[in-house]
Amino acid sequence: MSTAASRPQSAPSGAIERYTFRERVMHWLTGLTYLYCLATGLAFYSPHLYWLATVLGGGPTSRYWHPILGVVFLMGVLWMQDLWRRDMEITETDKRWLDRVENYITNQDQLLPLQERFNAGQKLFYWLMFYGALLLLLSGFFLWLPEYIPRQTAWVRGLMVLLHEIAALATIGGFIIHIYMGVFFVPDSMTAITTGWVSRAWAKTHHRLWYLRVTGQPAPKG
Amino acid sequence: MANGTLEIKAISGHAGPVPGRDTSRDYDVCKLIDVTTCIGCKACEVACLEWNGYPFRETVFDNTYQTMPDLAWNYYNLIRFNEHVDGDGNLSWLMRKDQCMHCADPGCLRACPADGAIIQYSNGIVDFQQDHCIGCQYCVTGCPFNIPKFNKETKKVHKCTLCSDRVGAGLEPACIKACPTGCLHFGSKADMKDLAQTRVQQLHEHTSHTNAGVYDPSGVGGTHVIYVLHDINHPELYGGLPKDPQVPWMVRIWKGPLKWLGNLAMAVGIIGVATHYVRYGPKKVEEDEKKGEPK
Repeated sequence: MSTAASRPQSAPSGAIERYTFRERVMHWLTGLTYLYCLATGLAFYSPHLYWLATVLGGGPTSRYWHPILGVVFLMGVLWMQDLWRRDMEITETDKRWLDRVENYITNQDQLLPLQERFNAGQKLFYWLMFYGALLLLLSGFFLWLPEYIPRQTAWVRGLMVLLHEIAALATIGGFIIHIYMGVFFVPDSMTAITTGWVSRAWAKTHHRLWYLRVTGQPAPKG
Repeated sequence: MANGTLEIKAISGHAGPVPGRDTSRDYDVCKLIDVTTCIGCKACEVACLEWNGYPFRETVFDNTYQTMPDLAWNYYNLIRFNEHVDGDGNLSWLMRKDQCMHCADPGCLRACPADGAIIQYSNGIVDFQQDHCIGCQYCVTGCPFNIPKFNKETKKVHKCTLCSDRVGAGLEPACIKACPTGCLHFGSKADMKDLAQTRVQQLHEHTSHTNAGVYDPSGVGGTHVIYVLHDINHPELYGGLPKDPQVPWMVRIWKGPLKWLGNLAMAVGIIGVATHYVRYGPKKVEEDEKKGEPK
């Protein structure tokens, strides 16, 4: 929230700072470690995707790094929680937005309530990944070092594999939509998360309330 | 099997019968362990170590005849010892040679994600290929008998191979060769089941072990290592042999319905977003600045 204001004024003309340097590093740390865990995880998930492990240095190497980078991913998620938690709180406006999410999907954005820094869809994705990551780490811990689990509690191991798989699939669902939206559906999002800048028009279109706030204009009534 | 033609038929100047003659090894192989004649001498353990080239392990004294608590990555074969007092106050020493059961429906193989790390031969032997093992230990989770053991240094999992190298050359497994009491037998599954039944019949007719029976659990599709037990109703007395072993349901779900449901969901997701793009296209930014000021 205060992040946008704290940037030195070296902005491209007319641009607004969408993400600070710190936020962008955090996003890509989380994103790239997730991608690695996704690729190696999919290799372990399906024999048809086992070639991913081969491409990434072989099965044993993938097995070695998957949990380690998984922990780095979780650290990124916790950092994200620190930076974005307040921006991601779900509000009454978000609920109204979600009721009309169909309008968003069909590009009738003019019918939707104005949105703050993140819209309700982004917030849902955020919380899906946050809780998904916690679940993945919890279950993943048991898969990482199963040799330290006593035989009497061996069933826990099986349960944890199941949980790990379900949590992973849930995050993959969100991830497919996230990539689609970031790369294709909402042009210039990718520039925003890599360079930090968006145009005024972009900000006004997609996040009107945030735009008004960071440009020091009064929010519309109601 | 492949090397069946190299099975020895006759040996020159050899006293006694040709080893392994009159046993059929044409199809599936089977090890029969008659625990009623096992004396717990551990010759099978030593033979196993010798053939596989592993050193003897340190023993752990626990006030019984149990030499060590469990199998290890370099110890495929262990006699489980149990001092059992039955309802009538009769004491018995139960010995069971514990090793991989070579299930027809192996939970380890089902659970393993690594291409080529576990192989089931058509003769029934389930063999680990350490070259392809990634050390995830899902096989440990999938095994209802707690057999596969992890080497923490090499990050590979090992277990009894049923001497696939020997069997492939027409020989019997090393443990069979070493057994002095004849409690171990090796041959085709059909032959071993016949032999086991004959022994059970004998126990019923000539001893007080009227509950004697053959342990060939159907929950894992039968096994290529079968036991004759004094009391088939209580296999757990023999060092925790499971009464009705199954591939864990969690493994079945995760390797079964969840796999294709997940694949389907991912495919639908990707096709869905692609279709959406074609149908609705990207979001457009309202470029008109409306007199330079937003409303």
